[in-house]
Amino acid sequence: MYSEKVMDHFTNPRNVGEIPNADGVGEVGNPVCGDIMKIYIKVKDNVIKDIKFKTFGCGAAIATSSMVTEMAKYKSLEEALKLSNSQVAEALGGLPPIKMHCSNLAADALHAAVNNFRKNEQVIK
Amino acid sequence: MFILEKTTEQVKEVRVVRSVYFDHSGTTPVHPAVAEEMYRYLIGDSFGNPSSVNHLGLQVRKKVTEARDIAAQAIGAAPGEIVFTSGGTESDNMAIHGAAYTNKSRGNHIITSAVEHHAVLNTVKALGKQGFNITILPVDQYGMVSVDDVAAAITDRTILITIMHANNEVGTIMPIAEIGKLARERKIVFHVDAVQSFGKIPVNVDELGANLLSLSGHKIYGPKGIGVLYIRKGTRWRQTLFHGGAQERLRRAGTENIPGIMGLAKAIELAMENREAESARLMVLRDKLIKGLTSIENVRLTGHPVKRLPNHASFLFKCIEGESMLISLDMKRIAASTGSACTSGSLEPSHVLLAMGIPHADAHGSLRLTLGKDNTDDDVDYLLEVIKPIVEKLRNMSPLED
Repeated sequence: MYSEKVMDHFTNPRNVGEIPNADGVGEVGNPVCGDIMKIYIKVKDNVIKDIKFKTFGCGAAIATSSMVTEMAKYKSLEEALKLSNSQVAEALGGLPPIKMHCSNLAADALHAAVNNFRKNEQVIK
Repeated sequence: MFILEKTTEQVKEVRVVRSVYFDHSGTTPVHPAVAEEMYRYLIGDSFGNPSSVNHLGLQVRKKVTEARDIAAQAIGAAPGEIVFTSGGTESDNMAIHGAAYTNKSRGNHIITSAVEHHAVLNTVKALGKQGFNITILPVDQYGMVSVDDVAAAITDRTILITIMHANNEVGTIMPIAEIGKLARERKIVFHVDAVQSFGKIPVNVDELGANLLSLSGHKIYGPKGIGVLYIRKGTRWRQTLFHGGAQERLRRAGTENIPGIMGLAKAIELAMENREAESARLMVLRDKLIKGLTSIENVRLTGHPVKRLPNHASFLFKCIEGESMLISLDMKRIAASTGSACTSGSLEPSHVLLAMGIPHADAHGSLRLTLGKDNTDDDVDYLLEVIKPIVEKLRNMSPLED
């Protein structure tokens, strides 16, 4: 059902955890639909220096979360905002069709984290 | 010393390749004796059509009669009340649709429960769109249908009650005999889906008060694609779905699935022989699983604690999604099942768990372990050993608070 890459990221997820005092936190999904993704970022000079995730969900939800953290690390905020859910799925060698809708939200969570960072920054300014 | 280490290594390796099947409510492996029996009807000159009047047909017809006797005896029926079908889904469809349309002049009300198998629930719902009034009864926290609810739902227009004997997802055994009594008193046709209970607990059509009863082959180490619909003599029922030849005394058209029927009869024979001893054995393993898993924090049993199938253990794991647990177990070569939305092909978690009042979020974390003939105490120990780190890993990854 899942590609080898999905299974690899599911079995050995990268960047799992929380960042205390994160500069931005993004959360998407809800427990009703069965997927929640939470992404934490640390930003310096407009670049994502550290990124971690916590996810409740199926194999695809966990693998996409892991993949998006790898893709976004050391990227500028603008580059991070350009990452799309379908690029994440593609990087994993594809997802089963039904998973494209329900569990492919990791880029959305990343965008939410970036937007949250920018909002926090404005408040400080 | 060196040898000892080697041995430990080897033992570890053996444990890694151990394969455990805990999904017997999903399907069962075909018993070798069943496969052998079927093979006899796939080769040589046992290919005859039982409807044909020639020596090849007649010799097969005799065998079908014997198989029918075996099926009838197993559930306390007469051979003439047994119809072979393609399985549980067909039996359910035929029973419900046939009873509804045959009794249309007497009324249009059908009663079922919220936790039925989709083969029943969706058939009843389809009839709801064809002019029938339907009542879908709620269940309690254990997934149990209440006899009082059934009694209260019956009206002068009620023509059919269809309730399952035991639930496939949570293992709860329903008060079928009492519902059957109610139905008989009110002269309402009563259908029982006994696909999950047959072979595990006694299924006797008179004791249950069933007019119609569905069985499936592949849940009892028989082949897929074969089942039984029991139709009590005198029941207001006729075939309304399939039109064709006069096979099965006009109740099921189409040339009989002979290898399937013969395999099913063998499976029924074995099930009857082994049921009591096997159920007692599996109950011990089931209770060990329940005890072991519910000792993990925030894991609870679903379904009735006592009135449940002897081979059935089902759970909710808080803050864990069922599919990720299933994949993790599968990588340890343990085959299990979940009611999570992710495995249902829809976006909704199990209708059974939701009907029991379990919140959506929790229903995603369900795990079903159903035991069978090849399971041992070691299998249970293996599961209990490997599941703890899986639960820990997935919970550490989860943003939900316990």
